[in-house]
Order: sequence, then structure tokens, then C-alpha cells
Amino acid sequence: MPATVNPLEARVLEALKDVKDPEIDTVSIIDLGMVEKIAVQEAVVEIKILPTFIGCPALNIIKNNIEKAVQSIDGVEKVNVDFIYTPAWTSDRITDNGRAGLKEFGIAPPPSFVESDGSWHVDCPYCGSTYVTMDNIFGPTACRSILYCKTCKNPFEAMKLISTSM
Amino acid sequence: MSETTNLVTKDFKEAAINLLFQLADDDFLFSYRGSEWLGLAPHIEEDIAYSSITQDTMGHASMYYHLLEDLGLGTADQLSHLRPLEERKNCILVERSNGEGYYMDVPTYDWAFAVVRNYLYTTAKKVKIDSLKNSSYQPLADAAIKVNTEIYYHLLHWKTWFVQLLNSTQEAKQRMQAAIKTVTNDLGDLFSLGNDADKIVSFGLIEKESVLIGRWKEQLEPVFRSVQLKVPEIPNAPSLNGRNGEHTKQAQEALDTLSEVIRFDTAAAW
Repeated sequence: MPATVNPLEARVLEALKDVKDPEIDTVSIIDLGMVEKIAVQEAVVEIKILPTFIGCPALNIIKNNIEKAVQSIDGVEKVNVDFIYTPAWTSDRITDNGRAGLKEFGIAPPPSFVESDGSWHVDCPYCGSTYVTMDNIFGPTACRSILYCKTCKNPFEAMKLISTSM
Repeated sequence: MSETTNLVTKDFKEAAINLLFQLADDDFLFSYRGSEWLGLAPHIEEDIAYSSITQDTMGHASMYYHLLEDLGLGTADQLSHLRPLEERKNCILVERSNGEGYYMDVPTYDWAFAVVRNYLYTTAKKVKIDSLKNSSYQPLADAAIKVNTEIYYHLLHWKTWFVQLLNSTQEAKQRMQAAIKTVTNDLGDLFSLGNDADKIVSFGLIEKESVLIGRWKEQLEPVFRSVQLKVPEIPNAPSLNGRNGEHTKQAQEALDTLSEVIRFDTAAAW
């Protein structure tokens, strides 16, 4: 995120911290690293968003929520929200705050590296155990996988590792 | 939009549009065929995985249609749902039905065919996406980098099924080998760029067919070798070339079904 100087820009950034992932209310779109650019020209706000997954059905909900949140700021007349593909969203854009928020929700944050065989490992978000198995790389949403903790016997989800070097 | 800045000539624009339709129509019908499997996959985890892959792929199709929308070709919904069959540029492989029977009635789809089609198609998609990362049309190059991050998991998935079924029971092996034969017959236009191929390649939109086919075979070779099979030879002259609007009756049936709702009222906001 670029440093914000314009006071209105700062207020927009604050408002975006309250726009949560529609399914995970402990992380915001700022935490997820989805906000690439905020530009303010007088009373018009331009926001560029990076989709986590191109086909994510939550994108339009997120877009509407951004428009609502920014429109309600005093001094904003118009807000334009665009999805862009450059730079490509990668899971290392999730902030430390976002990683903590995911864990709080019971979702393991994405791993930061892949093994030489292409697999990756996360620990159980509930008990911290490393003794976990991958049940399904594909989960209830495009960005999540389903795992099982052999120690605390809880099924859990993990954010997929998404990297341009894969 | 700034995307149009490098569309220097009318010829370049036409070639870019042609290629975008090929990519969009491929992923659109591939994804449609995937959606027909919903609830029918061999087990619950596969149902989740296959529908997730299908959703990603529909996202890719939608993105290509939106790039066409940006070029003034109409809305993404119209382009995907309402274009007649003879304007479609998808390859024959993705339009083939999943098997006998209608999905709302008693579908007797063939899982071996699904695995072979999906593995060979996704490997081809990976090869094309890698080439498109260097496309002279910047919006397409940007899109390719993003798509690449997602198909990593698709490819891993179909490769796993492909290898495991070919190392499984005698029946599984026989059905897989029969499916490989069926799919091979439809590979003729998978890498074809159609009548505008020379223009598409000379403008640097994507590399030429023979180069892409070579890389595809290279990727498949170790996997086929591991199951004691030879990489299938792509038929020289396809009987139908989908890139030029030649299609099967099965494609028309798919279009009729998928556009049934939008045709009730094409002006409605869905």
C-alpha cells in the first residue's frame, strides 16, 4: 500500500479496514492484500482491487460493500471500484494481521513455501500441531483447502498457497 | 481504457479478438461440461474438487469474455451465452458430451473419459498460458500470469487421477485406455489457431502450434512413461476444426441448455 497523504485518502483506507471478507469476518480486504490502489481526485475515489481467485463469486459482494463503505464517507461524491489482474494476487500479500485473523476464524494461514515435490504444509490453527493430513486441496471456496488434525482430531481449512512462481 | 493503446492496427486487433474467442470459448464449454458432473462425481471429496476447478475455469472464461467486452464486442454475458454455434471457436474436445444420458435424467457418464479429457486439456492449457505470459497483447499477458497461479492445482489434480487409475485394477486400465483413444480422435484442433493462425503468431500474440505441441508432449512424456504408455499423436488433419466454427451436434445441445434461462428475457438483469 502506498503511503497516504491526502486526508480523504486516509479516511478511505480506514473505511476499507471495515470491509470484511463476506465469509470470514475476522479479516478485511486490506488484511488480505486485495487493495492495490486508492486514488482521490477531489471528491471522486478510484479503488483498484486484486481478485484472490478470478472466479470467486464473492467478488461482486465485496465490490458492493466497498462502494457502500466509501460512499458513506463525508466529502465523497463518487466511488469507482475496478478489479485488475496486475500485479497478480498472491497469498504472500496477506498481512500479519490477516494471518492472525484467519487463525482466529479457524483457518490456517497460507504456507510461505512449497516442497520440492510441489506439496506444502501448514500447522493446525486450533492446537498448533504439525501432525495434520490434507483431505482435499479443494475446499468449500476456491481459496481454501480441507485438512484434518490428527492430534486434536479437528477438521480445519487452510488458505491455499498462491504464487506466481508455481 | 488504456488496454486499447497497443492495438496499433486493425489487423492486430482482429487477430487478438480471434485468439481471445478461442481461449474464452474453450474454457467456457470445458467448464460447462464440468458443471454437468456436479453431484455425480465418484465420491464427495471429488465432487467438491471438480466443482471448485469448474468454478475457477468459468472465472477464466468470464475474464476472457470481459477482455472482449473491453474491446467493444458486446457484454460478457451476451458473448458467452448468445453467440450462434457457427461463431464459436472452441476446440471439439471440450464440446463432447460427458457420456450417454441427460444430466437431469439418468446420466451414465464415463469418469475415465472425464479424467483423460481433463488431464490432456489442462496440460495444453498450461502450455498455452506459459506462452501467453509473453503475449504482445498486454491485457492477455497479465491475465495469463493470474490464471497460471490457479491451474497449478488443477493440473496436479488431474495428473493424480490419471496416474492412479492407470495403476489401478484391470478394468480401470482398460477403461482409461479406451478413453485415451476416444480423446485422441478429438485432439486435431486442440492447438490449432484456425484460419488466422499466421497473423496470430506473426503479431506475437502466442507461439505457433508446432512449438506448443512440442512442449505439451514434453510435459506428458514422463507421466505416460510412468504408466507404460506412449503420448498420443495428434491427428494431422482434423475432420472438424472448431477454431473455424465447425462443430458437432453435441455442442449445439450444450448451447441450447446453457442459454435456456437467459433467452427467456435477454434484457433482464440477472
